[in-house]
Amino acid sequence: MKFLFDRDTWQEVYDSLSKNKLRSVLTMVGVWWGILLLIGLLGSAKGIENSFNRLFGSFATNSVFVWGQSTSKPFKGFQEGKQVRLSLSDAKKVEENVEGIEFVVPRNQNQAFVVRNFLSGTFGINGDYPLLDKVQKKKMTKGRFINQSDIDENKKVTVISEEIYKQLFEKDEEAIGQYIQINSINFKVIGLFENGNVNMGPTSDIHIPFTTFQQIYNQGEEIGWMMITGKPEYDIKQIEADAKLILRNLNKIHPEDKRAFGSFNLGSEFAKVAGFLKGMQFLTWFVGIATLIAGVFAIGNILLITVKERTKEIGVRRAIGATPFEIKRQIVVEAVFITLIAGFFGIISGGWILILIDKTIGQGDDAWMVNASVSIGIVFIALIILVVLGTLIGLIPAFKATSIKPIDALREE
Amino acid sequence: MLKIEKLHKSYPIGDSSLHVLKGIDLSVEEGEMVAIMGSSGSGKSTLLNIIGMLDEADEGDYVLDGVKIENLTEKKAAVYRNKFLGFIFQSFNLINYKNALENVALPLYYQGMNRKQRQEEGMFHLGKVGLADWAKHLPNELSGGQKQRVAIARALAAKPKLLLADEPTGALDTTTSYEIMEFIQQLNDEGKTILMVTHEEDIANMCKRIVRLKDGVIMEDTFVNQVRASQYV
Repeated sequence: MKFLFDRDTWQEVYDSLSKNKLRSVLTMVGVWWGILLLIGLLGSAKGIENSFNRLFGSFATNSVFVWGQSTSKPFKGFQEGKQVRLSLSDAKKVEENVEGIEFVVPRNQNQAFVVRNFLSGTFGINGDYPLLDKVQKKKMTKGRFINQSDIDENKKVTVISEEIYKQLFEKDEEAIGQYIQINSINFKVIGLFENGNVNMGPTSDIHIPFTTFQQIYNQGEEIGWMMITGKPEYDIKQIEADAKLILRNLNKIHPEDKRAFGSFNLGSEFAKVAGFLKGMQFLTWFVGIATLIAGVFAIGNILLITVKERTKEIGVRRAIGATPFEIKRQIVVEAVFITLIAGFFGIISGGWILILIDKTIGQGDDAWMVNASVSIGIVFIALIILVVLGTLIGLIPAFKATSIKPIDALREE
Repeated sequence: MLKIEKLHKSYPIGDSSLHVLKGIDLSVEEGEMVAIMGSSGSGKSTLLNIIGMLDEADEGDYVLDGVKIENLTEKKAAVYRNKFLGFIFQSFNLINYKNALENVALPLYYQGMNRKQRQEEGMFHLGKVGLADWAKHLPNELSGGQKQRVAIARALAAKPKLLLADEPTGALDTTTSYEIMEFIQQLNDEGKTILMVTHEEDIANMCKRIVRLKDGVIMEDTFVNQVRASQYV
């Protein structure tokens, strides 16, 4: 390994490469382009993944929504077409009996006429538990979300979105502590939040405590739907099936009644997109590495020609005492060196492209590429691949160079 | 110094083979200056190449400086070449992207000498051929004679026991040829053993011994009165 730190080794490499600059540069273009593509594509894929994660980041993605519909089969004396309404006790049973559940969040919604001073509108009103904030993180801009004491005391408080605030309040007006009328009942505004880019379920712009909702709409134990989130290591499809089974039992519904419960499995939808992202990453690696290999082959090719041109020089070197190993080593070092230099340039310009992407389409809240980047680990992997490929490809011209007898090499003109 | 017995060499040509050396016996003592002469095809270059370990004989013994040269692997041959032999070629064979000094220092590089020492040795030998001022010049900036002098300096750098010259003056005009010969004679005067292939009578007569080859055998082996090149220069 000593020769790697020997100035002369590099002097030799520099001499023979700089002797024909154009050829060296053209040779490097292939590898440069390969690694540029690899870095650019991987970074972009990462950017898309990041933007995707940002969209869903506030959301427990391993979740399913279940609501009641009407039955399609008669069962235990009930005719088909029975309206199914889920209740709080259903939610509790599901939470207690299904394996792998993290949270069950019962929710209610209704439309209501909302008035503040002279401004008014009809909006969806949600009755919610504080737990909602755990599965669907609210980005609070002011104040707080509903808490347990709001629930316990049936407080008439509300958390509203920025959109509602804009419709009901004057610009720059302080909202916290003010009152709005929902169905002619005064509610104190305790928090403002910003809606994320992705909303699951009906738009939820106004939240009030669940218990307060029960009271003003006289809901009793009934709930609109429940949001079930599974622990990350559990399959959300299985959880959905288990939950529905329990719900059928509790509500006296035919075991094969498909229509009784409606559901939306966010987990499996999410899995599709995640699968797509994985596929994209695989494709990226594939294309990048394939291009890289093509580039390295180009280097091998050029070095082969170079060796042919240098036959006589190699003959002279051997006549004055260079061993075949020294000649081979020299050529392999040249191959690796040229691949690495091209690789470095590729990585640097790939980085520039990612910076450019970030500066142009990576900015703002609705950017579809966020923080397009590659990790250092990937860069190292790429470099190791380059060294390995460079060495392998360098061996071909190296053996070619020493396969000619020195006497024949010297005769070459 | 050098002893060759019953040396045979043939080259395959298609199905048949061409018998180039047909039993050469030659012995050269230290300090000799031998010219090998012969028309083209006489086998003189082949003989020199075998002596130079660039080529291997089919049959016969070859002892150089007490070392029997046999079963040469490329690696062994390279080490021997580096240790025992200095080459001077007709077409100089300098590496054209290396300057004079780097060319001279190259054998030392393969001997594993460190850079500083190499530079000093290289400069010393360049000085000996009178080209110290040209150390940083590339071969294409030098005249033919200068190139050959650089080549000689390179051959000397490794301190060889035997200097092999293949038509050292073949690519030079008469005046320059004599300059080079004068130089080679000086080396011989200092005790270097020199073997050269030439087909020019006047050059051969500047050696101390002439070996004439014809059709692969030695026709004549005579010691001659050396003509000093200096009288022409």
